[in-house]
Amino acid sequence: MLDHKKLIVSHAPFWHDGSSITVRSYHTMLAAMPAVFFGIFTYGMPALGVVSLSISSAIIWEFLINKITKRTISIGDGSAALIGLLFAMLLPATSPWWLVITGTLVAVLIGKHIYGGIGGNPFNPVLIGFAILMVAWKDYFDFNEVLVNYDLGFAMVYPLAAAKHLGTSGIEAFSTMDLLLGQQSGGIGATFGLGLIIGGIYLIIRGFIRWEISVSFLAGVGVTALLFNMSDPSHYPSPVFHLLTGYTLIGAFFLATEDSSSPVNFIPMLIYGAGAGVMTVLIRNIGSYVDGVVFAILLMNLINPLCDKIRPKALGKVM
Amino acid sequence: MIKRSFIGLTKPLLKYEALDVKTPEPSVIQPSKKVTLFLNKAFDFKDKILFKIGDKVKTGQKLSYTENSDAYVISTVTGTISSITPFNADYGNTFTAITIDVSENEEIDEQFSTLVKEPTIDTVKDCLAFIPGNLPAGLFPSTDTSPPIETIVVSGVDRDLFITTNQHTVRVDSKAIKHGVQILKQITGIDNIIIVSSDHLMQDAGLSGAEVRVVDPVYPASLPHMIMRDILGQVVPAGKSCEDLGVAFISAEAVASLGKAFSDGQIPFYKHFNLIKKDGSSTLISARIGTPIRDILNAFDVTLNEKDRLIMGGPMTGTAVYSEDFPVLPDTDAIMVQDRDNIPIVSDYPCINCGECVRICPANIPINMLVRFLEAGQYEAAADQYDLYSCIECGLCSFVCVSKMPVFHYIKLAKYELGRITTAEATNA
Repeated sequence: MLDHKKLIVSHAPFWHDGSSITVRSYHTMLAAMPAVFFGIFTYGMPALGVVSLSISSAIIWEFLINKITKRTISIGDGSAALIGLLFAMLLPATSPWWLVITGTLVAVLIGKHIYGGIGGNPFNPVLIGFAILMVAWKDYFDFNEVLVNYDLGFAMVYPLAAAKHLGTSGIEAFSTMDLLLGQQSGGIGATFGLGLIIGGIYLIIRGFIRWEISVSFLAGVGVTALLFNMSDPSHYPSPVFHLLTGYTLIGAFFLATEDSSSPVNFIPMLIYGAGAGVMTVLIRNIGSYVDGVVFAILLMNLINPLCDKIRPKALGKVM
Repeated sequence: MIKRSFIGLTKPLLKYEALDVKTPEPSVIQPSKKVTLFLNKAFDFKDKILFKIGDKVKTGQKLSYTENSDAYVISTVTGTISSITPFNADYGNTFTAITIDVSENEEIDEQFSTLVKEPTIDTVKDCLAFIPGNLPAGLFPSTDTSPPIETIVVSGVDRDLFITTNQHTVRVDSKAIKHGVQILKQITGIDNIIIVSSDHLMQDAGLSGAEVRVVDPVYPASLPHMIMRDILGQVVPAGKSCEDLGVAFISAEAVASLGKAFSDGQIPFYKHFNLIKKDGSSTLISARIGTPIRDILNAFDVTLNEKDRLIMGGPMTGTAVYSEDFPVLPDTDAIMVQDRDNIPIVSDYPCINCGECVRICPANIPINMLVRFLEAGQYEAAADQYDLYSCIECGLCSFVCVSKMPVFHYIKLAKYELGRITTAEATNA
């Protein structure tokens, strides 16, 4: 039997539809590009520096952690690069280098690797990194303060801060069209509403994110904001304003939809998305933080495992 | 290979191969030198086996294992037995492999022709368990404890993609199927016989005299559990089989073989199956049971290289084999050859919780949770909390897995391991 050819033997099925984590990560990054490029054009070289440093440092942290924990090098799956990119999109363009590097370390290490790496994280790694930094160095995330030296031809006041402190009278300068086209201050990749929506629709059509989460998140924000707005129009801004400012859109399409920390069944996805949307507006309108997206999504990440227990009955299940 | 469509929002649609309107004539292939038959009994040299190396056998001759064992095979050629060896198949199944060197002059064994006058269930049990298409053992409950079969479903559709065997039988052999259905009614006393077929073969299926039902042409609609739910309106409880509900499934080819056996007075031994080549083209072939795959590949100039994959059955539910000497079996519906460049490799990545499997699973199993338990070897928890036994074994979860996890493999392993535990507990109790 020496002439026997060695054949590959494995278990069925013998086909695969060709999807992969790498494709998923890179296409999510591709979808983020319109918003990122807009941010780089608006804020110039500092923004480019933050984005580049964030992506590269996230990849390097991932590599080092892989080495230290003696695991397979997993930087090829694009997950670390995606964390770096999304983290940079939330940051102001003027963030110092050490803030970026610390943030990606926290995101990759505490957000992802201490839970066992990709797929094991109960929270969105990007938001863990961002939330820890935001609590630790509050001043670096006050957009009015850090972007004070920029004059870009539109009101350089952070819209949500204006709404919080001045009520609706403070935000008359922002028209819906301006907000949609990114004529507002904010994170590098979070201001260009149209770009984020295009990216989000791309991801939904390609099936890389679950539309139920995005849609219910936006609906949650919209409905809650509308209720507040109806109760006191002089104090609480309109739903459209809430939808187009702060991190709402990037949250809906890029953050809340992170695979590992969000549910997969239909009703849980709706609960999760809507819950995060409602919490966002509650924090914005009643809470002490200017923007609530980060904490709202983290909070809903927490209930995700419980929420995902609501599922259709399996075939032939007796009970 | 069917790839994920650009619009990933929609579920992948895997359509069954529909038989060509022209109904291709299957190419007949004869075994060149030898055939191998698998006898469903573990080989033990201490047993008093009724045949030995050097015995001459005739075509259609029954080879019983021992005096007091029911296990037998029917020789599909005339020749000399050249080897009797144990054969270990997957999931711990063991067979006795009997290799017969084919001689030039064919002689037909006459034993069966004396029995055809009066078809009885014993004749079928004793002589026809090995016919092309495989008569399911569940059709003839051996003990009184198992529930009686009340409905027989003749499957005129094929289990897996790319296969047209049963469709071809429905199209071409409607007379034989009709006769087979009559015999089934006569020997089992069951009147409720349903034939399921695809939409375009409805008329041909109607000629069988059985009640016709139409099956959706999209995978996995033709799997028994799906037919039970969609056609018969009965959901098989998790962990139970269709036979437990009194429904037996039998392929159209087996029914036709049954009909032919009694009308011709000769046990049929030509099995129809599809050869799925490396380029994805599919050819219908007719070959004797026991023909080595090597002969079939040679006849069609399919070159098999190192690290290619050879599969008995279709792309979703088949079984990979490790040798070209593996023979055509009574239930071989396809032989698939995959080039080594086209073999998708599984990975050791963990589940990223994307939910693709959950959305495609026809049995609504929370696979994202199930697979985490299976990876950790927590089979009992997986069965208790995450519906392991609801799985109908279609393989779609592995097909769509973004992490390329061998999900279906994990499920089968878990079921096998749990089965072993239950057996061990039963024997030790």
